[in-house]
Amino acid sequence: MTSDLITVRGLKVSFASDAGIARVLDGVDLTIRRGEIMGLVGESGCGKTTLARAILGILPANAARIEAGQIRFEEHDILDLDEASLATQLRGRQIAYIPQDPFTAFNPVFTIGTQIDDLMRFKSPLLREGRLSARERRRADRLRVLEMLRLVQLPDPEGVLRKYPHEVSGGQRQRLMIAMALLPQPKLVIADEPTTALDVTVQAQILTVLKRLARDRGVAVLFTTHDLGTAYEICDRITVMYAGQEVEEAPVADFFARPSHPYTRKLLDSLPSSENGIRGITGEIPRLVDPPPGCRFHPRCERATEECRTTRPPTHAVAVAHDVRCHHPLQDSA
Amino acid sequence: MKTFVLVVNRLAWFVPTLLGLLAIVFFISHVIPADPAAFVAGENATPETVAAIRARLGLDQPLYVQFWRYILSILDGDMGRSIYTGRPVVEDLLSRLPATLELTLVTVLVSIAVGVPLGVVAALRRNSWLDHGLRVVTIAGLAIASFWFAILLQLLFSMRLGWTPLGGRVEGWGPEQITGFYLIDALILQDHEILLDALQHMILPVVTLAVPATATIVRFTRAGMLNALQSNYVLYETAMGYPRRLVIWKYVLRNALIGTVTQIGLIFGILLAGAVVVEAVFDWPGLGTFAVNSILSSDYNAVMGFTVIVGTMFIVVNLVVDILHGMIDPREVR
Repeated sequence: MTSDLITVRGLKVSFASDAGIARVLDGVDLTIRRGEIMGLVGESGCGKTTLARAILGILPANAARIEAGQIRFEEHDILDLDEASLATQLRGRQIAYIPQDPFTAFNPVFTIGTQIDDLMRFKSPLLREGRLSARERRRADRLRVLEMLRLVQLPDPEGVLRKYPHEVSGGQRQRLMIAMALLPQPKLVIADEPTTALDVTVQAQILTVLKRLARDRGVAVLFTTHDLGTAYEICDRITVMYAGQEVEEAPVADFFARPSHPYTRKLLDSLPSSENGIRGITGEIPRLVDPPPGCRFHPRCERATEECRTTRPPTHAVAVAHDVRCHHPLQDSA
Repeated sequence: MKTFVLVVNRLAWFVPTLLGLLAIVFFISHVIPADPAAFVAGENATPETVAAIRARLGLDQPLYVQFWRYILSILDGDMGRSIYTGRPVVEDLLSRLPATLELTLVTVLVSIAVGVPLGVVAALRRNSWLDHGLRVVTIAGLAIASFWFAILLQLLFSMRLGWTPLGGRVEGWGPEQITGFYLIDALILQDHEILLDALQHMILPVVTLAVPATATIVRFTRAGMLNALQSNYVLYETAMGYPRRLVIWKYVLRNALIGTVTQIGLIFGILLAGAVVVEAVFDWPGLGTFAVNSILSSDYNAVMGFTVIVGTMFIVVNLVVDILHGMIDPREVR
């Protein structure tokens, strides 16, 4: 058993759009180890969500096309699995999902209890053991559900189960989503900007709960966010994506101490601070229908040379476990 | 509790709604240049006789006095006598109500049983030949003139093939009157012969009425399904590996039916009032036939009685729809 839980190699996904074929993922590499929290950081439209959905196998079949690549999850080749085995074996069991918007992710016309019961009916870890009768399992699951709701710090777990989604607050709904993601005891949780839709004060609490529970259970998390501050709080490693490619990957301490890609550097500089106020990044995200040749960041990069304009930079290591996709990475931390 | 408040609220509105309805129909039917007194008196009556009859019927009073008297008598459960049949209007209506109700209920049930599954399948196989085919059929079904379609059915199935009776509710006498619904009465009496016969008589009128009703249900169910299928909760349920069948037939369908239920309420009302033509073609002894005769003979009391009955039913159906709505969609708060 290796320490790598999931490896994405050379993943290319394109979407049909009115303007033409958009290459939303253009050869992405990503590795998540067991029990680690990986932050996937980037601006809107950089391909974070597409990557997350590709791993879950829930890209829209009519619009998205997987052109190339491999997604390996333990012994499974996710891209080779058919829909039925993905749904029954992986999704909800091995790989769980925490959505971006807890307001619309619950089905509005069923109680929370019904939705959790149905989840447990098909995804309970007790199903794998198969020793218990259906009735014993239901009773055991009921207790596990209540226990989990306490762990995510929901007040009145029994009461919440009887409520409809619109009757609980956004923060509580996201706590429920975390609980539902962890109940099947998955190996990987994909959290797609789980705090973006919440108030800032609630965000921190939710992150703390997610981090603690994932740590306690040794669950790996792929945590997408556009907020570096959030990533700093929760992640072990960070991967930065830009225009459909990962451009830098490093352990969190190294990442903030020695950002090597010019884009990463600008992202960090764009964080509001007392000295700088708010600084944006000049230029725009490239159109994915006809992206710039060479390095995709070169139109916004003052370090860009002729090489950057013509040749795609390869990924190379600048330190231990610190990879950068750049011809001229920044050398020091200054 | 919420349902109770809703019912009380609706009942409170019942009286003003009905009063408004009565006023409108009363004044419209009385400004029509027709003279029921002359109709009662016959062709060769002298002007004096006509005047005497007019006075006896109260038709020489100002309109508002007539209206006031009418309201008072309705409160006594008296809708006056039919000028045409000479019997109390209430009796006439009550004897014919079950025939129309039975036809309407069976039509609605058939339309739901056929329309909802077809709508679901059309949505799941969007833009397939089946979906396109259903679209053509449903639009045709909505556009078709029911009297023409009814006659066509009679020509083919009754005249040419001899499979179904031409008209009426049963051959000869109906079953002993218990509820007035022949199907139910025959079931209670265990009279399978009459049951079968009543069913046979029902086929053509039900088909005629059910075609546009089913078409409406198919279209609304399809639209509701498509809408719900694109929602975030379906994405979430899929990502968490809820079985597809459960997602479609439980989670999506319930949301999709919210719009369909409203339509079913409307269809019910339209059928109640609009069975007029179909009842006439199939010689169905219901309210429709009664209404036609009453209108043709300027039978004020009968027309008014018909209006009150249909209006009441419409209000009741709306109430039922609202209660159903509240059961399907817990967000509904009034």
